[in-house]
Amino acid sequence: MQNIVSVASSWILPTVILVILFSGVIRRVPLYNTFVDGAKGGFGTSIRLIPHLVAMMVAVSVFRTSGAMGILVNFLHPVLHWLHIPPEVAPLALLRPISNAGSLALLGDLFSQPHQSPDTFVGLLASTMQASTDTTLYVVTVYFGSVGVKNIRYALLVGLLSDFASVLASVFAVWLLHPTLK
Amino acid sequence: MIDFIWLLLFVGGIATAMVTGRMDAVSGAVLKGASQGVELCIALIAVIALWLGIMKIAEHAGLVQVLARILKPVGKFLYPSVPVNSPAMGAILANMSANLLGIGNAATPLGLQAMRELQALNDQKDRASDAMCTLLAVNTASITIIPTTVIAVRMQYGSHHPTEVVATTIVATIIGTGIAIVLDRLFRRWSRRRKSR
Repeated sequence: MQNIVSVASSWILPTVILVILFSGVIRRVPLYNTFVDGAKGGFGTSIRLIPHLVAMMVAVSVFRTSGAMGILVNFLHPVLHWLHIPPEVAPLALLRPISNAGSLALLGDLFSQPHQSPDTFVGLLASTMQASTDTTLYVVTVYFGSVGVKNIRYALLVGLLSDFASVLASVFAVWLLHPTLK
Repeated sequence: MIDFIWLLLFVGGIATAMVTGRMDAVSGAVLKGASQGVELCIALIAVIALWLGIMKIAEHAGLVQVLARILKPVGKFLYPSVPVNSPAMGAILANMSANLLGIGNAATPLGLQAMRELQALNDQKDRASDAMCTLLAVNTASITIIPTTVIAVRMQYGSHHPTEVVATTIVATIIGTGIAIVLDRLFRRWSRRRKSR
């Protein structure tokens, strides 16, 4: 099982790239120039993120270094232990629906802790949580704001409830696919 | 909201440092955090540039349209109130396809276009329609095949298997999106019952 999962994970990215290149060939897309044209955008996209990530990384770093993060994690421990959620990922679960830069900063901060490197259970869980949901609050605000809808009914509640479900689903996915990880 | 959280992290951190006597370390953490933020963004450039390049080819090859055609039955099931061949359904399916392919910067404009089309079908303009709520449920759960940003962050922090997250994300995102759709249906039924009473 462990092996199949690792093989599948490493095959998906190259396979997707290959499928896209082939479809480009079939539709006569000038491959190289199109790639370069698209890749140009990567610089701007990343640079625009710098002020957000600096702001969040500094705040998270202060919160962690002072020991406040540890107190928060310990405080949440009893409830989360019962739900089989490692308390270390709780801050990430709380911030993920609110701020993309904030949760990225938390992810980086978590990875830099001893025993929580990206390849540990907690590290892989945090990666999966970050990847499997979106910034719910932002999406709800922008989407409804763009058409001037004021009464959003149950949309935010459903979004937040499914964010919570995604956290549990991430725990399940890591536990299912990597049963040996600690 | 974001102002409050940002302030809370600073105030909570500095207040704790007063008690724990770690002010010296916190003073260093301020500067270290800033440079970590920049380093992380620089690390993101590589993977994001690679992915945007590949996705530009996918876009020009018309993969979004191909996928949208394949997803038509899914659209019919998720949005029973939207006519199958309407521009609204077209935008919804294009948005879903772009999300699946991980073309984030194309998915948002397509999603906003879908909202405008749904608003044209909406008979109460300041109240969200059922279809709008479903669109939000699917978009906030975000089905993605390749989580590029997370892979980049994992690389930056020395992961030996940065792409290991792909399989777990697919499993988690399918379950999460499934639950989002079920919740959306439950709440829709519940809100109708309350209205008819």
